[in-house]
Amino acid sequence: MNPTIVGRARVLPDRVNTDYIISSTRKKDTIDPSQLKRWLLEAVDLNFARTVKPGDILVAGQAFGCGSAMEVAVTVVTAAGIKAVLARSFSRTYYRNAINNGLMPIVCDTSTISEGDELSLSLCHDRVVITNRTSEAELTAAAFPSFILKILSAGGLVPYLREHGRFPEENE
Amino acid sequence: MPPKTTSEKILGSKSGTDARAGDIVLCEPDLVLGTDGSTPMAIDLFEQMGGRGVRYPERVILSRDHYAPATTNATRQFHDRMEAFANQHGISLLSVDDGIGFSVALEAGMVSAGSLVVGADSHTVTCGAAGAFACGIGSTDLAAVFLTGEVWLRVPETSRVVLQGALPHGVTPKDLALELVSSLGIEGANYQTIEFIVPEERTLTTEGREIVSNLAAETGAKAAVFPTGEWASDEGSGIVSEILIDCGTLQPLVATPHDPASGLPVGEVAGTSIDRVFLGTCTGGHAQSYREALDVLDAGNGVAQGVTLVVTPPTRSVRLDLERDGTLQRLEALGATVTETGCGACCGTSGPIPHENTKVLSTANRNFRGRMGEPTANIYLGSHITCAAAAATGRLVDPREIL
Repeated sequence: MNPTIVGRARVLPDRVNTDYIISSTRKKDTIDPSQLKRWLLEAVDLNFARTVKPGDILVAGQAFGCGSAMEVAVTVVTAAGIKAVLARSFSRTYYRNAINNGLMPIVCDTSTISEGDELSLSLCHDRVVITNRTSEAELTAAAFPSFILKILSAGGLVPYLREHGRFPEENE
Repeated sequence: MPPKTTSEKILGSKSGTDARAGDIVLCEPDLVLGTDGSTPMAIDLFEQMGGRGVRYPERVILSRDHYAPATTNATRQFHDRMEAFANQHGISLLSVDDGIGFSVALEAGMVSAGSLVVGADSHTVTCGAAGAFACGIGSTDLAAVFLTGEVWLRVPETSRVVLQGALPHGVTPKDLALELVSSLGIEGANYQTIEFIVPEERTLTTEGREIVSNLAAETGAKAAVFPTGEWASDEGSGIVSEILIDCGTLQPLVATPHDPASGLPVGEVAGTSIDRVFLGTCTGGHAQSYREALDVLDAGNGVAQGVTLVVTPPTRSVRLDLERDGTLQRLEALGATVTETGCGACCGTSGPIPHENTKVLSTANRNFRGRMGEPTANIYLGSHITCAAAAATGRLVDPREIL
């Protein structure tokens, strides 16, 4: 399997916490991500929700998704059509919630990526290759364990369990 | 058998594998916790997974602690939904006034050493105080545990923190916890288990261990365990780092806005005016902490003019203790507002919200911008004693000056 994701880089700062991804105040009235996406990342960039396009790739710094474990901070990102987030590091709850929702969390050095760069992500069996088609630079990240890849490939844990009724097993 | 860490032992036993750091394992948790913040979404996802029956309903406890009591139509519906789900599947649902789910589980002795606890609440790590591997999960994970009885976990590496010596007078486990978070930093233990070694038993009370395990979540730690007996890490197991904290040298600390890892000796910011003090939530301690806070307030002649003191007992049993000996009544007589049991004002979901541009000192664990529901408020974190001293004076002050 060698799926490729191509998209435009949307660069974010370090330590974007879950409240900056979607404010708690917005969650009081609805937790429906198709509604909440109107306020996606408003604390970082008021224009973000207006300018985000399906297929964009979030490019963050350190500790992306720190703060609460609220899963809405992931579903609001996927609702905006985003399939992958690159970051120097993730909070552990954001990382697992991302996997469970089919949002690909990739840990790599994001410092050379600029806003608007065209990125292509290739999932090779032993690593993830990130090609910056704008700067012609290439980065690599660790491959996902096959267990996680199965969940990601299904689009998340809900579709996986709906189809299989149980978790992936080794050597399947 | 090669030596194993506490995490490897517990996750190995719960997955039936030779679990090693870095492995992904499927485990059957002994205790599964869900709150009104995370369970309504999990119920939706459970249905989307095609779920009909809950695999081990007797292992699940649901709490209504974040929206206690429900004050909006949306949150009232969350509670109704949880009640219907719990009834349908034979799951325990705590009463709204029972309090914070994992605190109730710890009080009731439902968390045992060597057990695996998962909860859709990031502060589930608190249960590590009783020697469990306890970690926060998301709503999808919770739905999957309902369906399959299992959770997937990557076995974490382990960092060791040795807590040596005894805390001096006026210095509390909360100060120790703020020191830990500040010295490790916001990602200092990301994806790892922190195991605490306490060479002298008397260093930390049960309540103190809970506060330290709880705050460890802010370092990115997956679990924060005080291992005991056979579950202790073996000699020669893969401990990746070790730090020592000399409790005897600690001072009362406060974390400054908007970063829980920004702990400073309170003396360095003494004089900062405080508009509101919050005593409560899962890091406010057990009944004894409220009694100590009352003593400080008594010594300081009550709540200072212009300060709002909000008191929220974490559980019903703490509330009953404090009512029985008159502590709550005396706090109220000094001008405190006592609110319903639960998470309270900590995360802006219940209890009073701070006014714009005001300064709050709180016994809570997080002070991110907007955490208490008002983005212009500046939140400081400190111990119950430091909080009481600020309530008595209207300023940040080293509580040892009042004690």
